Amino acid sequence: MIAQSMYRNGALLTAFALATTGSVALVQSITAERIAVQEKQHLMQQLGQVLPADEYDNLLYLDCTTSNAPELGPGSPHIIYRATKTGEPSALLVRHVTPKGYSGNIDILTAIKSDGSITGVRVTRHEETPGLGDKVELTKSAWILSFNGMNIHKDSAKQFAVKKDGGQFDQFTGATITPRAVVGSVKQAVMYTQQNFTALFAADNVCNGDTL
Amino acid sequence: MSQVKTLFKEGMWVNNPALVQLLGLCPLLAVTSTITNALGLGIATLLVLVGSNITVSLVRNWVPKDIRIPVFVMIIAAFVTIIQLLMNAYTFGLYQSLGIFIPLIVTNCAIIGRAEAFASKNNALLSAWDGVMMGLGFAIVLVVLGTMRELIGQGTLFDGADLLLGPWAANLRIEIFEFDSQFLVAILPPGAFLGMGLLIAAKNVIDAQIKAKSAPSTESEKAPRARVTSLT
Repeated sequence: MIAQSMYRNGALLTAFALATTGSVALVQSITAERIAVQEKQHLMQQLGQVLPADEYDNLLYLDCTTSNAPELGPGSPHIIYRATKTGEPSALLVRHVTPKGYSGNIDILTAIKSDGSITGVRVTRHEETPGLGDKVELTKSAWILSFNGMNIHKDSAKQFAVKKDGGQFDQFTGATITPRAVVGSVKQAVMYTQQNFTALFAADNVCNGDTL
Repeated sequence: MSQVKTLFKEGMWVNNPALVQLLGLCPLLAVTSTITNALGLGIATLLVLVGSNITVSLVRNWVPKDIRIPVFVMIIAAFVTIIQLLMNAYTFGLYQSLGIFIPLIVTNCAIIGRAEAFASKNNALLSAWDGVMMGLGFAIVLVVLGTMRELIGQGTLFDGADLLLGPWAANLRIEIFEFDSQFLVAILPPGAFLGMGLLIAAKNVIDAQIKAKSAPSTESEKAPRARVTSLT
């Protein structure tokens, strides 16, 4: 008697599991294409923010390489998108991470032109304190734009720091750690990219449109 | 007909899932930092609640008592995953800003609570209505809390509404006060607890006033103080 009800309940549970998973799979297959498009658009928009459209003419998400360099922070490999204009190397868009924020890692995207100058920086993910450290977001404050057009030369490298450390970047009232972490990480990423610019362009392309 | 009206009153006020049952506090307190987030999660919860209520009600006669909980959980989890996929596909920006809290709808006790207490004992139509009313009651509290916190914390209303409603809604953003720096307590979780406490207190004051007003005339009639397991 017990065995019978066990069989019956087991069969019912299996049927429900199949039906629910089946409906999820169905919706997944319907939305998969659209989600991929959305993610691609999101990526394009993100990359477009740090590199002006007249600096490149290739599809950025189809040309990238990866790097395990310690300068780019933990969580490697880091993706580096390669922008070209009329076939010539134009700029590199580097994803890098700093663990030195106030809480958790800060993900950053920095675009560096062939002459070593920065065209734009964005923080793509962070868990900094709302109202204080989150001013690194463009939606909260224009601070991140102060990187635009900056360059790092050997003799001016010391300038590339927050004002408290003798540099030229503002810190926020009540939050020095976050901007210091961002500035430091950008500095390392830019210096790494300047040194390896041609090597990174020579590396194999690992983006075939599927990896984001 | 009277049952339809009762369900309306239950969900919106008397047995409001957020203010009276105090269910689903985790998403309630976590995402109500802006109206947009609150509205987005409110709508997602509402859809899941209606969907799960209808499905549970339709299968209620085939599911033996012993295995009803795993079946309900599967149904709810499936609905949440479907909503999550749809949000990812059609409201990508909002999906990104709600983040982890969409999958966490699964753990909102209000949903399995309604499945167990109402949908498993009533027909599909009534269950759907119950889902709509409970979901709306929850969503309204979310939005009220979101309004309070956004206004006090950031001095704006409808910040980022374009993520939910499309590009035209960017114009909805209203800047009411200009702050040099945000009022942190309102944005961080303690502000959510304080706001929630104030809302519950306000509801209790109103309830007490209504009771005091009606007490002299209809002394014998007790206010229908409902519970999760009412309307059986």
